[in-house]
Amino acid sequence: MKRSSLSYRRSGAAVLALMLAGSLAGCKHKKAAAAPMAPAIDSGVTPTATISADPVAIDQGQSVVLNWRTTNATAVSIEGIGAVNPSGTQTVTPSASTNFHLVAKGDGGTMDASVRVTVRVPVAPSGDTGASSNLNGDMGTDAAFHAAVQDVYFGYDSYDLDGKAQSASAAAASFLSAHSAVRVTIGGYCDERGSAEYNLALGENRANAVKEALVAAGVAPGRVRVVSYGKEKQFCTEATAACYAENRRAQFNLDR
Amino acid sequence: MLVMRIFKWWRWSAVLAVTAVGSVRAQDTVFTGTNKGADRVRIAAAGFHAEVGEAAPLKQTFDSVLESDLKNAGVFDVVAKSMQPQAEPAGPKQVDLAAWGGGATAAAYVAFGSFTAQGGKAAVNAYVFDTHNAQYPQVIGKQYTDVADDAAARMMAHRFADEIILRLGGGVAGIAETKIYYVHAGGGVKEIWAMDYDGANPHAVTRLGGIALSPRVSPDNSRVAFASLDKYGFQIKMYSLLLGRMVSFAPQAGTNIAPAWSPGGQLAWSSSKSGDPEIYVADASGNGAHRVTNYKGPDVSPSWNPKTGSQMAWISGRTGLPQMYTMDADGANVQRMTDGGYATSVSWSPNGQFLAFAWNRKYGPGAPGGQDIYVMDVASKKWIQLTNGLGQCDFPTWSPDGRHVAFAVGSGARGQVWTMLADGTGKHKLAGGDMPNWSFK
Repeated sequence: MKRSSLSYRRSGAAVLALMLAGSLAGCKHKKAAAAPMAPAIDSGVTPTATISADPVAIDQGQSVVLNWRTTNATAVSIEGIGAVNPSGTQTVTPSASTNFHLVAKGDGGTMDASVRVTVRVPVAPSGDTGASSNLNGDMGTDAAFHAAVQDVYFGYDSYDLDGKAQSASAAAASFLSAHSAVRVTIGGYCDERGSAEYNLALGENRANAVKEALVAAGVAPGRVRVVSYGKEKQFCTEATAACYAENRRAQFNLDR
Repeated sequence: MLVMRIFKWWRWSAVLAVTAVGSVRAQDTVFTGTNKGADRVRIAAAGFHAEVGEAAPLKQTFDSVLESDLKNAGVFDVVAKSMQPQAEPAGPKQVDLAAWGGGATAAAYVAFGSFTAQGGKAAVNAYVFDTHNAQYPQVIGKQYTDVADDAAARMMAHRFADEIILRLGGGVAGIAETKIYYVHAGGGVKEIWAMDYDGANPHAVTRLGGIALSPRVSPDNSRVAFASLDKYGFQIKMYSLLLGRMVSFAPQAGTNIAPAWSPGGQLAWSSSKSGDPEIYVADASGNGAHRVTNYKGPDVSPSWNPKTGSQMAWISGRTGLPQMYTMDADGANVQRMTDGGYATSVSWSPNGQFLAFAWNRKYGPGAPGGQDIYVMDVASKKWIQLTNGLGQCDFPTWSPDGRHVAFAVGSGARGQVWTMLADGTGKHKLAGGDMPNWSFK
């Protein structure tokens, strides 16, 4: 559930990376293939495609309205967004400068159009950002991550790491050491008893205790982000001891 | 027996106030509550006189809200409708003081008047007469005008009730015009809602579609601070009641929860920007944030002393289970107030004397007892229990006159907001909701 709620900003950046890597060559190839075929097949009308963006230059975090129009097309897509209506508008918030590439496929061939949105990125402070960036490394799959990194469980009203919690933290630390591209969030959770405000603070202490263990084991603090959920997002909603124990946890997730 | 006479301070003279202080020290009990040790003023509320037509349904609303406000106030012995004359005197010429002051009615005061509505406008002529002062009986004579609708009839009744409470209740302003802000849960989201003090008119304030917690309304009723969950965790957010939209509060690193207003308009809250939840203080826009606690473990739920603005109570887990503490607003002079159990959600009373809080004194796996609302006298650390057996009680909040405490029973979508007098009597449910916060005025 958390994964699907990732902001467009980040996924847009990842898509941009894929687009830059693959689609420039790809669209040239398509054009080359489509051009000689169009006169040979007489039966279709060549699609038309136009796309515009307003504004074409933004500051990071601002939004752009994309406006596209096609005719004679049976399948229309914008790379990075996916299949779209033949004509339409959409608001996007790219985190870096992006070519929005519209491809209209019809019986009469393929037509494409692009618009470039320039994102003015504030100059980042120089430092360690390169190594941990999502653009340069592969974080791997969620399944592989959760197979290797287990959640950390806590005692009653406690944020101390017991023996089991310490070994879970150590396992997570060694995974992070071996996968330098991976960044994680640690979610702090509490059982349903007690007071909601206090549990948010306690959840913060739980997640932070795990973060401190990771940092002590050599993981860069910048790779670990802590979010306390208190008792707001519970895994298990029954009023049983087993369920309470299930909820008293610090949960790892990939920070995409 | 818990005798309560704090409110004598407001009700009666300075001489009596000295007596009350003396008796607090002399007896080994906590004193809080409403008007104990003095007879409640017996008052009758006559049905208001109304010509048939447009005014009739509005007059019904006015009558029932006025009666309910007087009953809720905690300082009156309101004559039951079945015990009083059927007459609905429209004005001073029609009222028969002997009938209201004598017999089974035996009211010391009678409230009466007329309600007219014409052409979309309503007017109320409202009086309170002393039944035993034949020569100069008038205590209050007021006129209210507003549009002719149910909400306006309700508001005029609240204003008249507050006038009566102010005059006959010892010069302390009533609370009939105050609001309670709270968390409304439903459909997987939690939003900030508001309602009248009596549970009427519940309505949404925010529509953010996420998790919003801990609404706290500013002393001037212009803003509501609350905590809101986004991808990066909880942040303090600010909603302007004057502008009807969100206004900026400087983003802070870490988890930021549990805001609290000082009487001067500063904000305290719990922030983990240092890596550990600590209490911070900043201005109403989040600027100039500085830390006032410095101890490993959860520090959360600050509440300023509304009387002085120079002290805070808060909840800390520095020794294990959460306990209630007080300190000066700069972090000095830390004092632990509870001696064990699980104590949370403190609210400092308007007169500065009491702390209301949620406490589970036998907390632990399998332990008996529940989480209930308690009130502690700050100076003596003596406490009384105000709820028992209602369910899990939390988030007590004082009414601005200090005579009432609203609180949550249960939490989340199953939560309910209840209210009671500060001596634990008169408990009743107001609405479904959680984390109530009573406006300052």
